[in-house]
Amino acid sequence: MSDSLYEKLGGEAAVNAAVNIFYRKVLQDETINHFFETTDMQKQMAKQKSFLTMAFGGPNSYTGEDMRKGHAHLVEKGLNDNHFNAVAEHLQSTLEELGVAAELVAEVMAIAESTRNDVLGK
Amino acid sequence: MATLNYKQQDYICQKNETVLDTLLRENLNIAHGCRQGVCQSCIMRSVDTNPPVAAQQGLRENQKQQKHFLSCLCLLEQDMQLEQITESEFAHNLKVLSKQMLNHDTLLLRLLHDEAFTFKSGQFINLKSADNTVRSYSISNPPNKQLHIELQIRLLANGRFGSWVHNEVEIGDNIPASSALGSCFYNTERQEQGLLLVGTGSGLAPLYGILQDALQQEHKGAIHLFHGSRQAKDLYLKEQIQQLVSEHENFSYTACISGEYRNEHEEHYSQGRVHEVALSNYSYLNNWRVYLCGHPEMVKQMQTQVFLKGVDMNDIYVDAFHLSSL
Repeated sequence: MSDSLYEKLGGEAAVNAAVNIFYRKVLQDETINHFFETTDMQKQMAKQKSFLTMAFGGPNSYTGEDMRKGHAHLVEKGLNDNHFNAVAEHLQSTLEELGVAAELVAEVMAIAESTRNDVLGK
Repeated sequence: MATLNYKQQDYICQKNETVLDTLLRENLNIAHGCRQGVCQSCIMRSVDTNPPVAAQQGLRENQKQQKHFLSCLCLLEQDMQLEQITESEFAHNLKVLSKQMLNHDTLLLRLLHDEAFTFKSGQFINLKSADNTVRSYSISNPPNKQLHIELQIRLLANGRFGSWVHNEVEIGDNIPASSALGSCFYNTERQEQGLLLVGTGSGLAPLYGILQDALQQEHKGAIHLFHGSRQAKDLYLKEQIQQLVSEHENFSYTACISGEYRNEHEEHYSQGRVHEVALSNYSYLNNWRVYLCGHPEMVKQMQTQVFLKGVDMNDIYVDAFHLSSL
């Protein structure tokens, strides 16, 4: 993976920086933050980190099955495309704030988009 | 419904009943504490099938491989034969040196530990009473040559462990104890960082330990301690902490009262809930390190708030005190 997207973006340090900014945006968004009310924040951050690592095309242990199972209880509570879009927008603006080049942002967003059906249980 | 086999006896787990609840319902003597998967005192081992993954959260990899699991989190999906892990979880005997009341309901228990016991102040230990009640307590003093540790034990009405310590334990008795656990303690990385310490009730115990450790290690950044309780009589160690304030320019202390408060003794308290008082002092907290101890609801709310004010999640240390069943 010598020139993977993950490496180009700066590897683990970049993920760490991104996850703090990204999760702050998510928690402040009233349209989606109720999905996180009962979660353990530190565990959730670890998950966000694995998710971003995956979205960056880096080493990860996420499978489609995990995404499906991990979000099933949220789908029951009404998780839908609008919520998915909101989270995706926060991811995009996080990357833009960090000065990631536009074509790399597009690559990350394409990977994130590829999880939509699993996340929403479709 | 699954059947568990323990000491050559079969027991049926009812629907949505954990292994721990099944065993306790059958009046078996199983060590346990928080029932939240935190204190790990109810750890057991499966002899045959693999335990559910959800019952192994927080365990180390080698424990998982040995089929250890937390019985308070374990809902059986299939039959299992299980056993208790031998008493090595309580590898230390701590000798009681003194008992002293710090206020109307908080007891300072001073214990002598052996050379093999190592700790950082702010970590917690599990103690086991004569009737196998297990409780977790934070260590509120730094390591010292005398091999003393200090615990602040809140005496709740009908609290089993506290009553036992208060009424039955005598000077010179030994109390079985685990190794020191947890990651809520001071470290000397980035000593210029500001430290924000916020606690309710006996959440002061780990914070007082962390505070003394940071001061001894000559922490460079500001150290702000906020301690809150409902009434003035619930606060304690005020004089000792004020003394530290007078000795260290970078340290400040704010005592908060959330309940009704009349300024009868001309002592100064801030009115309000401790985390709200603390937060009102800062418009942002970038680069701060934060320790939150005590009431779970306070800890969770404050964790979110300081994170949103710019603290890196890795710089937030939490120790939520869940009330055990009495």
